[in-house]
Amino acid sequence: MSRSIIPVLTICAGLVLLWYGGAIWMNWQVVADTQARAGATPGLMDMVRLTLNHARPLLPAPHQILDELWRSTATLPVTSRRSLVHHAWVTLSAALVGFGMGTAIGVLLAVAVVHVRALERSLMPWIVASQAVPVLALAPIVIVALGAMGLEGLLPKAIIAAYLCFFPIAIGMVKGLRAPDAMARDLMRTWSATQAQVFWKLRLPASLPYLFAGLKVAMAAAVVGAIVAELPAGAQAGLGARLLAGSYFGQTIQIWAALVAAAILSATLVGLLGAAERLVARRMGARA
Amino acid sequence: MAEPVIAARDLSLVFATRDGPVQALSNFNLDIAPGEFISLIGPSGCGKTTLLRVIADLESATGGSITVNGRTPEQARLARDYGYVFQAPALYPWRTILGNVMLPLEIMGIPRAERAVRAKAQLALVNLSGFERKFPWQLSGGMQQRASIARALAFEPKLLLMDEPFGALDEIVRDHLNEQLLKLWAATRKTVVFVTHSIPEAVFLSTRIVVMSPRPGRITDIVDCNLGPDRPLEIRETPEFLRIAQRVREGLRAGHSYDV
Repeated sequence: MSRSIIPVLTICAGLVLLWYGGAIWMNWQVVADTQARAGATPGLMDMVRLTLNHARPLLPAPHQILDELWRSTATLPVTSRRSLVHHAWVTLSAALVGFGMGTAIGVLLAVAVVHVRALERSLMPWIVASQAVPVLALAPIVIVALGAMGLEGLLPKAIIAAYLCFFPIAIGMVKGLRAPDAMARDLMRTWSATQAQVFWKLRLPASLPYLFAGLKVAMAAAVVGAIVAELPAGAQAGLGARLLAGSYFGQTIQIWAALVAAAILSATLVGLLGAAERLVARRMGARA
Repeated sequence: MAEPVIAARDLSLVFATRDGPVQALSNFNLDIAPGEFISLIGPSGCGKTTLLRVIADLESATGGSITVNGRTPEQARLARDYGYVFQAPALYPWRTILGNVMLPLEIMGIPRAERAVRAKAQLALVNLSGFERKFPWQLSGGMQQRASIARALAFEPKLLLMDEPFGALDEIVRDHLNEQLLKLWAATRKTVVFVTHSIPEAVFLSTRIVVMSPRPGRITDIVDCNLGPDRPLEIRETPEFLRIAQRVREGLRAGHSYDV
């Protein structure tokens, strides 16, 4: 463990350095133009300092993003409209509700497809085709249609999130429910087990590793879905709203802070699922 | 004579495959009496596993008739007349050894407390006491296969169907398990139908050996094997044992002669 931490830290440090280099390079022209208009001729060190502390840089430096993250989470009350915690919660709640709905739909679809032969042929192509529709095109239609029916706020966003995350769960679960080999199934037959018993005592336990793999992909997709769904609704609240507002007003630092917050959110949720997976695996006798 | 446990009359089975029909069993006639230990021996493709699967209602015969305890194989399966041991242990990896042995009892709706008592008794019978809480991967291949035998015996069926249960194990473990199986059979007086590739194994264990040949799967010889109930491993050096083994070998050779 401690042997692998040094290379990891080295690579991280390298990436941060690259980022700083990129920030200087990308913001150079903007700073140079401003300085030229003001008739100033700053030296090299001054130029570097200016490029890394520009208010609206093309590429914000890491410390600017961290600074913005800190300011908009720790220094503002959670109830403030400018608090990133407030916006992250709006997105998180929609993503989690959507994740729950998507998981239920995905698992039910998989169970149906595995048990009813006709459904595999008739349903699977539609499941696959559903993901070929770009969610960016679909989200405004759904949001507007539901809005016209008087549905606003969390639920329409959750539906978009569910739309994205039922797919990896359904696909993983179909594979998992089919994982038991012929011998494992024949055993059940020699005991004259009912179809329900085969499901609960063989297919379901065998499918859990596949289910968790699907859940992790779906969790990240649910956050993306919730953010995308926030864009067309006038962007009142949520990380998506912060992204949109930031791009309206050229607040690149705010955009990046919202992006990093979304990444942290997703990584935390996927990490929690990973912990749950390890817990379940241990209960089910996985090799330590 | 007592009512046969298994009675096959002109049994035949044709598999429809992509390359056309394959005759797996042809004109198969056999009666198995209660308490017999019958070995089915023959080369790959002779239909010995297929016959076992027909008895177990995992395959359906396409001609002739077969009864298990006087019923159709399906009725016998639904009545849980037999325990089946596969070539591989096929223990469910997410269940402990005890959990695996209790599984058939669970499926049959036996109360929880009784399940544990009966499963532990079967594990003791195959010398696996103390391993109840281990998971399958923590046991050797031989121990896993013993656990799978305990699982097949868990609901105490009178008929035990075994499909090359020791085929994947090394010779030393195999000898040991053969001895244990013989003791188990002597203690429980079950009817056993045992599929094997091995002549010494068949002669050592059986009361009768059914020698089969392939294409189509049929009986070439049935050899009586009256070595008595008490069979130490050394019995394999006796003239009587070698004589029976020789006859089985000849039967196998006769079945093969036409395509050598």
